[in-house]
Amino acid sequence: MSADRRLQGLVRPYVVTGGRAHASRNTFDAVTVVIATREQVAGLSPEKKRLMELCRGGALSVAEIAAHLSLPISVTKVLLSDLVDSGHIATHAAVSHAARPDMKLLKDVLDGLRARL
Amino acid sequence: MASVLASDGPASPNGPAPNRPADAGVYLRDTVRTAVKLLVVGPFAVGKTTFVGTLSEIRPLRTEETMTQAGALVDDLAGVEGKSTTTVALDFGRLTLSDELVLYLFGAPGQQRFTSIWKDIAHGALGALVLVDTRRLDQSFEVMDLLEELRIPYAVAVNTFDGAPPFPPDELRDALDLLPETPLMSCDARDATSSTRALVTLVEYLLTRTQENA
Repeated sequence: MSADRRLQGLVRPYVVTGGRAHASRNTFDAVTVVIATREQVAGLSPEKKRLMELCRGGALSVAEIAAHLSLPISVTKVLLSDLVDSGHIATHAAVSHAARPDMKLLKDVLDGLRARL
Repeated sequence: MASVLASDGPASPNGPAPNRPADAGVYLRDTVRTAVKLLVVGPFAVGKTTFVGTLSEIRPLRTEETMTQAGALVDDLAGVEGKSTTTVALDFGRLTLSDELVLYLFGAPGQQRFTSIWKDIAHGALGALVLVDTRRLDQSFEVMDLLEELRIPYAVAVNTFDGAPPFPPDELRDALDLLPETPLMSCDARDATSSTRALVTLVEYLLTRTQENA
């Protein structure tokens, strides 16, 4: 974070991201599934420790992590990005970002929904 | 672990709610490889949260995003201090469709001023279900315009409220200015079967579109 950025008057939730509004990587969607890959949490900020504690229990989407931790999704993405960089978490499954969803995927969704009727 | 979850209470200690599939627990199955999302949109109090809650296997969750009244995310606030901000809540739920596939339903507010929230959440969405209240059809135009702008295919479901005037489908189609291919159905957001049927109709339509464009 540069010094001038620090002077811009940050909104409080963003303090937890070290003032950054954008994630270091652009791989996270609200439904990207995240899993913890490392037990070690020494040296992490309190928010990141909370996040790791939650993720250790099993796989969750970015939106679920945000909701459980009462953080905006945008802030959660910044934290998750850092944790990918430091090897603490990995993304497990991601949404299809093809411009056009493939038919196999839509058929699977349809079958899954019909099975509930 | 327990302390994190206890504060938010996502796992109902009273077991699964009636009319809801067996409680899947807080976490996803380890075998899940793909997550997809559908949007449930419409004007205020049209039943989005009810719809999501009826179908979700977890207690519906809520995240809040802060943005300016002008519609910019706080992320982009540099240099515009003094603009008032507002908080937009997104309610969402989860349906595990198979060992590998999970579907998230996001209830999103239907106003144009929330466009930036939309762009983020709509990115990668398969499609949207527009919930309509026949007593205030005019309030649905904005959300349909927004979907068209973002090129998100949608189907329209009339949420059946007690006391709402029943409309012949043709009249409703005209009033909402729907394309001939856009599915129009009625649904009861409180009922799991009716709500699931609405999603089935939406996904059938998405599949047809994809086949036609292939």
